[in-house]
Amino acid sequence: MLQAPEVSPETIEQDKIYKEMGLTDKEYDMIKNIMGRRPNFTEIGIFSVMWSEHCSYKTSKPLLKKFPTEGPQVVQGPGEGAGVVDIGDGQGVVFKVESHNHPSAVEPYQGAATGVGGIIRDVFSMGARPIASLNSLRFGNLNTGRVKYLFDEVVHGIAGYGNCVGVPTVGGEVQFDDCYEGNPLVNAMCVGLIDVKDIQKGIAAGLDNTIMYVGSKTGRDGIHGATFASEDLTEDSESKRSNVQVGDPFMEKLLIEACLEVIHSEALVGIQDMGAAGLTSSASEMASKAGMGMEMNLDLIPQREANMTAYEMMLSESQERMLLCVKKGQEQEIIDIFRKYNLEAVAVGKVTDDKRFRLLHNGEVVADIPVDSLAEDAPIFYKESKVPAFYEEYQKMPAYLPNITDHKETLRQLLQQPTIASKEYVYDQYDSMVQANTVFSPGSDAAVIRVRGYDKALAMTIDCNSRYIHLDPEVGGKIAVAEAARNIVCSGAKPLAITDGLNFGNPDKPENFWQMEKSVEGMSEACLALDTPVISGNVSLYNESNGQAIFPTPIVGMVGLHESLAHITPSHFQNEGDAIYVIGETKPEFGGSELQNLLEGSYFGKAPALDLTIEAKRQAQLLEAIQNGLVVSAHDVAEGGLGVALAESLFTNKGLGAFVEIQGDVTATLFSETQSRFVVSVKVEDREAFERVVEHATYIGTVSNDDKLVITNDNVEIINDSVEALQQLWKGAIPCLLKSKA
Amino acid sequence: MKLVKVHVTLKEGVLDPQGKAVQGSLNTLGYNSIKEVRVGKYLELTVEDDANIEQQIEEMCNKLLANPVIENYEYTVEEGVTQ
Amino acid sequence: MKFAVVVFPGSNCDRDMYYAAKDALGQEADMLWYKDANLDGYDAILIPGGFSYGDYLRCGAIASTSNVVKQLREKAKQGVPILGVCNGFQILLEAGLLPGALLRNEKLKFMCHFEDLVVENNDTIFTSNYEKGEVISIPIAHNEGNYYCDEETLAQLKANNQIVFTYKNNPNGSVSDIAGVTNEQGNVLGMMPHPERAVEAILNSADGLKLFQSMLQNWREKYVAGA
Repeated sequence: MLQAPEVSPETIEQDKIYKEMGLTDKEYDMIKNIMGRRPNFTEIGIFSVMWSEHCSYKTSKPLLKKFPTEGPQVVQGPGEGAGVVDIGDGQGVVFKVESHNHPSAVEPYQGAATGVGGIIRDVFSMGARPIASLNSLRFGNLNTGRVKYLFDEVVHGIAGYGNCVGVPTVGGEVQFDDCYEGNPLVNAMCVGLIDVKDIQKGIAAGLDNTIMYVGSKTGRDGIHGATFASEDLTEDSESKRSNVQVGDPFMEKLLIEACLEVIHSEALVGIQDMGAAGLTSSASEMASKAGMGMEMNLDLIPQREANMTAYEMMLSESQERMLLCVKKGQEQEIIDIFRKYNLEAVAVGKVTDDKRFRLLHNGEVVADIPVDSLAEDAPIFYKESKVPAFYEEYQKMPAYLPNITDHKETLRQLLQQPTIASKEYVYDQYDSMVQANTVFSPGSDAAVIRVRGYDKALAMTIDCNSRYIHLDPEVGGKIAVAEAARNIVCSGAKPLAITDGLNFGNPDKPENFWQMEKSVEGMSEACLALDTPVISGNVSLYNESNGQAIFPTPIVGMVGLHESLAHITPSHFQNEGDAIYVIGETKPEFGGSELQNLLEGSYFGKAPALDLTIEAKRQAQLLEAIQNGLVVSAHDVAEGGLGVALAESLFTNKGLGAFVEIQGDVTATLFSETQSRFVVSVKVEDREAFERVVEHATYIGTVSNDDKLVITNDNVEIINDSVEALQQLWKGAIPCLLKSKA
Repeated sequence: MKLVKVHVTLKEGVLDPQGKAVQGSLNTLGYNSIKEVRVGKYLELTVEDDANIEQQIEEMCNKLLANPVIENYEYTVEEGVTQ
Repeated sequence: MKFAVVVFPGSNCDRDMYYAAKDALGQEADMLWYKDANLDGYDAILIPGGFSYGDYLRCGAIASTSNVVKQLREKAKQGVPILGVCNGFQILLEAGLLPGALLRNEKLKFMCHFEDLVVENNDTIFTSNYEKGEVISIPIAHNEGNYYCDEETLAQLKANNQIVFTYKNNPNGSVSDIAGVTNEQGNVLGMMPHPERAVEAILNSADGLKLFQSMLQNWREKYVAGA
């Protein structure tokens, strides 16, 4: 561990100490140039965290600019704690996703827990009440003790934190692939509800206004977390355990309630949470955004440990801390509100007009930096991009056509693939119902939360099929956005906007950067076509272990609006006798499919094609049919194809079954992963009206009440299986894998 | 200053699922000689010198630190601790 | 009828409880912060779920030492109806207002889903609108819901008809499938499942509403002339 403020500016330069903090020679020279002198130890530490990818987006900024971020529905785009979208009645929905991959790889319980805590703070620091959490998790295959441990502890950590703070965890997804074995992904999303007039900004404006600190005391935990998140995971990451922060959800719950009271105080100017790079990033960003400077006296910072240095205090990532800018002379008002919740608000500094970031400690100036150089003016690097050889090979491959003889057995096996199997084991550990607004909890295509007191609800989902993106990042990026929108539409809501959680490998490798570039282009195109701008996001790079990058995994968190509670639509079949339709044509597309994984143990070839014009039209038609009351249930066709989608539609414990007649190639019809398809059920009397609204809807059968899934082709029975038996296999797969000895 | 070390354990006869899980894991790791594990809590209290310390500790344990319905406690007092 | 919802630091079902009384039941309700709560003048007191004081030390233990719990003991003696749900149940147990204790779930995991409960005793002010033996669907959400008491206490609970709800399929290892118990006088009910989360059809069950309606009806019968 780097210690010792004794290290002189000269030594830092000569011994290149800055390299241990993740800065390059070139960056050091830039810093020296900005400062007009050699930076001291505290200053170089501050630069190292603020110029890390996690805080500055120095590598990804040129790509993020490609995202569409505007639209009539957007109230607040990227740049603040979280984005805000208008949902009518003077209300906004606030949401953002954030990764906590590297901390979770090292200490999975606390890594995941503090990830949840951090994203919740981003949302309530906007002034919004957090109303739902979702998460997206990636692990290696569940066949080693280490992966099982990571999986169990990450879930445990999310539950431990989320349940305690009283925000329902309503949705999420978990996928398993070997590429995540050494570098799991933990992305947490939080959704909040706000009256638009109450939106707060993280600014430190108004000369001489007071900077106040609230929340947990500062300790030595998490020092250099932000730079840690911007490096490859290596064998000695385990030894960086001391970097990982410990969360206190009880403190967070008090902060939520206190901050939501404080935002109504006229004394408050700005508020921001201390996330990555703690005090350094919150303070410098607040000043830089307001076009001001800031002076802080570190002697006043509440400290948990004795003899902390300026460097340690500025880089600490102790959790559950907030920084406020308060009108001079009105501090007591703020202090009193926090005291009600047994929290102490302490004045630690003031706003200046010299655009400097100045820190005092023990009567000395320990840092004096032009504040914009830390935030707004942090450097941007343009990386080299190169098409990977494997991509060109994939594109040249002939179409992969699996040969299946026993479709019944194949369906059974697909339902037990961990990525498809029920995640009940996971979500049963999350309190999905606290706040008493949960209409659909995990297990539906999208989670649905009603807005209390209004005839409307919010649909939310988090999604990404990284296998397609591995095969073809541009097409895969489009699919990620389109699939999230399908989930939202199936629940009966109109998609509003997305938050993106971009997880990639080391961007210094041109092939990795190319994947980033192409997936962002694909996502942007889909966002435009589906009218879902990007309102917030997060970038996590260097997701590699022992030199091997993860599949590119740009996770899409999407929120939609039900304009009436009557539009809320389940993903499962509901009544005997309803007609079953599949919307969309099926082609033999197996590249990146679950069937390919099952049969070959790997992914290769072309990703399924996606036509965004057809996608947009089909989603609009399905939504119209739902809004017209013509659809009983709707479920998107995803991993495992139509066969899996039909089975999933039946997993209701209501004893329902289905009788379905399929045309054409049986294997493709049942298991191809052709995009832009849905399985819906419709009342018999609504069939005609439904077919008038929705094009390319093929009637394939009827919901029965005999607990059997029967699929025939030209009067030949292909599958005749007990729904209950299928459901047991689907439900039992993950618990069974966890129990089996590694 | 005195250092009071309090151990809180589940009463005999009260099922300890956590202890059972730990025992199971230890057995899986090959420590087959482990026949039972009981998980408890350990608290350290740094206390100003006071003649009545033992009586107060008893009170604290009964009122808050342990739940007499399911838990037992025991404690030791170490003299002359400097903070 | 006027309900008090006592809010402790870390309570997180306080608003759910408040809305159940106010919106679903249509009665008056106040959320009272534990520090300055005055329970006088309320017809019933609701202790909501959550993680009071982070569940640190033991669930409900720290909250049970607060001043408002002293008032609660007085109100319990006076016969005021008191309902504690989940962490509220844990607080009432730690405060000695109800017999027994709660241990960690047998499977050592937090669990959240709907459970079928059996109404064992409908002769209480909390359950009179249910049928005896009625099966109702109410969500659980807890990590320490494994009810424990010694055999002597269990025999007393049975003899006095204090077991109000049991689980149809015991999810957590509770003694005798116990999901909710009253005190001897019958005016204090503690239960792990969350009736306040099941008061509207849109929330997937309205079976919990009858519990609040029972409280209201019994209050009316006792205090409102001509009811």
